Amino acid sequence: MTAAIFEQPLRLEQILSLSYTASPDKFDKTWEAPLSTLLGLGRAVGADFVEFFLERKNYISCLAEDDAITSISPSLVSGAGVRVFKGSSDCYVSTNDLSFEGLKAALEKGLAIMGLEMPDSAASVPEINLEPLRDYGLGRGKDNWLASCPSMQTMGEVLLEANAALAEKAEHVQARRAAYFRDCQEVLVASSDGTFARDVRLTQSVGFNLLCADGEHRSSIGERLGNTGDPSFLTAWDYNETAEKVAEAASNMLYADYVESGNYPVIMANHFGGVIFHEACGHLLETTQIEKETTPFMNKKGQKVAHESLTAWDEGLSTEAFGTIDMDDEGMPVQRTLLIENGILKNFISDRAGEMRTGHPRTGSGRRQGYTHAAASRMRNTYIAPGKHTVEELFASVDKGIYCKKMGGGSVGPTGQFNFAVDEAYLIENGKITKPLKGATLIGEATGIMNKISMCSNDISLAPGFCGSVSGSVYVTVGQPHIKVDDITVGGR
Amino acid sequence: MTKVQTISQQAEAIAQKLSIAKYDIYGSAVDETSVQVDKGKPKQVKASNRSSVIVRVWNEDNQIGVTSTTDVDETGLEMALKTAYEASSFGVKENAPDFSPQAKEPTAEVDFTKSTPAPVPELIDTLVEAEKGVLESHDAITSVPYNGIAQREIERFYLNSEGAQRSEERTYASVYLYGKTEQEGRKPRAAGAMRVKNGLAQLDVSSCVEEASEKTISHLDYEKITSGKYPVVFSAEAFLSLLGAFSNMYNAQNILDNRSLSTADSIGTQVASPLLSVYDDELHPENVSAETFDGEGTPTRRLALIEKGILKNFIHSAGTAKRMNAEPTGHASIGAKVSIGLNYIEVLPGETADDNYQLDKADGVVLIDDLQALHAGVNALQGSFSLPFDGWLIKDGKRISVESATVAGDFRQVLKSIAHIEPKVETTPGGICPRVWVSELSITGEA
Repeated sequence: MTAAIFEQPLRLEQILSLSYTASPDKFDKTWEAPLSTLLGLGRAVGADFVEFFLERKNYISCLAEDDAITSISPSLVSGAGVRVFKGSSDCYVSTNDLSFEGLKAALEKGLAIMGLEMPDSAASVPEINLEPLRDYGLGRGKDNWLASCPSMQTMGEVLLEANAALAEKAEHVQARRAAYFRDCQEVLVASSDGTFARDVRLTQSVGFNLLCADGEHRSSIGERLGNTGDPSFLTAWDYNETAEKVAEAASNMLYADYVESGNYPVIMANHFGGVIFHEACGHLLETTQIEKETTPFMNKKGQKVAHESLTAWDEGLSTEAFGTIDMDDEGMPVQRTLLIENGILKNFISDRAGEMRTGHPRTGSGRRQGYTHAAASRMRNTYIAPGKHTVEELFASVDKGIYCKKMGGGSVGPTGQFNFAVDEAYLIENGKITKPLKGATLIGEATGIMNKISMCSNDISLAPGFCGSVSGSVYVTVGQPHIKVDDITVGGR
Repeated sequence: MTKVQTISQQAEAIAQKLSIAKYDIYGSAVDETSVQVDKGKPKQVKASNRSSVIVRVWNEDNQIGVTSTTDVDETGLEMALKTAYEASSFGVKENAPDFSPQAKEPTAEVDFTKSTPAPVPELIDTLVEAEKGVLESHDAITSVPYNGIAQREIERFYLNSEGAQRSEERTYASVYLYGKTEQEGRKPRAAGAMRVKNGLAQLDVSSCVEEASEKTISHLDYEKITSGKYPVVFSAEAFLSLLGAFSNMYNAQNILDNRSLSTADSIGTQVASPLLSVYDDELHPENVSAETFDGEGTPTRRLALIEKGILKNFIHSAGTAKRMNAEPTGHASIGAKVSIGLNYIEVLPGETADDNYQLDKADGVVLIDDLQALHAGVNALQGSFSLPFDGWLIKDGKRISVESATVAGDFRQVLKSIAHIEPKVETTPGGICPRVWVSELSITGEA
């Protein structure tokens, strides 16, 4: 039987023998009939809500080491996940099989897990009336993005040229790496509330990793740029500028002393410095954390949770930022969400399950790594808004402290304790940078630090990153202007 | 016909059609179910059935191309072979990966019984009971925010165009429980435990409940620690975490890439206290996830890494072994650039404990139970680390939970500063190891 929307409700016995053939090349309108039938089946059996997430991904990564391309790795992924809600519980089943039979089997498995039994074969199964396909792939030429991306040959050429530029600019080089990946993802979401939406996402990243060594002295510095939506991103990369920056940082840190542990005022640079807000506060504003009661910010909406100088946003709209998406992975258009305004908590980051279980309205933040993960409330582009100070004013306010110019990764635990590694740090004495330091880790507790961010400068900058959490690894942006933290514990030697 | 035989026949036919003479394929199929509960009720159940293959193709110039795909039917396999062949034009010309010379050698006989998957309601009931056990262990434990039981069946295979063909199937079940406390005027505290076995029936859930409860309760009466230098005792899990984080020390690919703390000449040098011996043994009887061959088809085996403080071997792929005149060791994953990783670590006990090294008589010693944020606080290329930890300060033999602190140091110095290795080993999912005493490390407490 070919795809068609039936005018009369189907009987269960008819569904058992149905066989739709949707487009194998694109998630288009031909998917409406099979999905509306299956969603209807799920609801008829007693599920409160059913959602299908279909994904196709064409990924490739390329690695240049020193003066050779050592890896080009294409990866082709396709699959689907079906989520079934019953009461406050839900079940998520994923499969590689995108045929009607495969999707039906996944749904039936989910229904069975939730204890929902099939009615008798004569039972009527109304289809779900899906909205007209909201196709975000039609805008901005998205359907042509993949074809416009650089070829394998171009990837290799650009990375080799970039690595050669790095060799010219750096000293004491032990190993050079330039890496690029391109991730083209097509998704389709259909759910029993009528949602029917498609999107195409193109995410790219390129950067260096440089290891320098001189006897026992070593330094390693990485720098990554990211982009969504510009197929010419790689060929437009100004690798000379990035190489200059990486070489200088590695040179500064090569002979650096280890930081002396203790408590210091800290100035954190803009750009990737924003990881501090991402880890110390952003994760704790996800409804996932409210559900687990693992955030000190639950029940604090409308209350002061941070220094009055701090305003922060999470959004998915900034042009070409790494966490930008037109719709989330539950088919909701993204929005700009004010998290904290002048220290007052305004909103949480919420997905469908979060709204259902905590009451906080969805914010277009249901995100997932891919079809093997159920969506969860996740950050997109998250940043502290610019403040009224100049960077010079921040430095002038510090007698002895630490300038964290380049942050590494970080994490936050279930009690709100956070930590960040600092890749590039400097001692500040009497408002001036005096010497490089290495081995610093910042530790603290979320509610504490939010009240110690006392000064924000006016030079906001965003940086790409990867965020790992309950629904896998997703692309995000972190960002901030330069900020001053009055006092923080620095772990070191 | 088994799945691997079917894929082998299909690949052979497609390769012939595409004039591809040399290829190999590694694949796996995973059937998995996991549950989470929240205050006595199921919260989320996940089930997945997914397959994937990685295809490597060598072209006429012996350059290699790779493609992975989740589409493992004949069409998907053909697309993967075609794409890999296309990618091979850009493959390395020097030191290209090759078949493992051991890909057809016999693998170890492992006594392994597959478990039948338990029904989902049984998983939920077991976890609900476990959650209840943790919650009832102390009034201060108000939630178990992170919990889960999972069961997994894995089928994996390797084959190549020279006739190598091997496969195996395994089942595992795991449980984790992470309790959290709330007390008026006190900071919330949290700790957890995990168990892994072949199936739900073999899983010791009650000991997991006991350990998660005990650990969480032990952190209730916390105190700040004064920053300074302390003798440190690492738990099995913490010490294995460090050994894993600095695995570039034994990794031949890292050494060839100049991204290691070792060089090719490091074999035979004293890298640690003579008290320390470390082996990698994927086939260790305690390793419930033992695999008998790696991603290139090389049989796994026990390998000495450090014996009495002396670096004895590197871990190799087929390619690194060829370049360094050694044998592949069963630690490779398939890929365009083959990656190499540790399997299952065994740290052997040292001398018998004496009065100087008994925790219940110690004073001013920090016991580190769990190291956190290794992805952020380890600089493996420099050898340095600065990591938050869960642990206790031992005062007159009594454990006092440390409120919040980091431990920092140099990994090579840690290895050389090992003062004692206790005689009793602990089994963890990543290996077996006794508690390890290190003479001195920097501890920084939160002000």
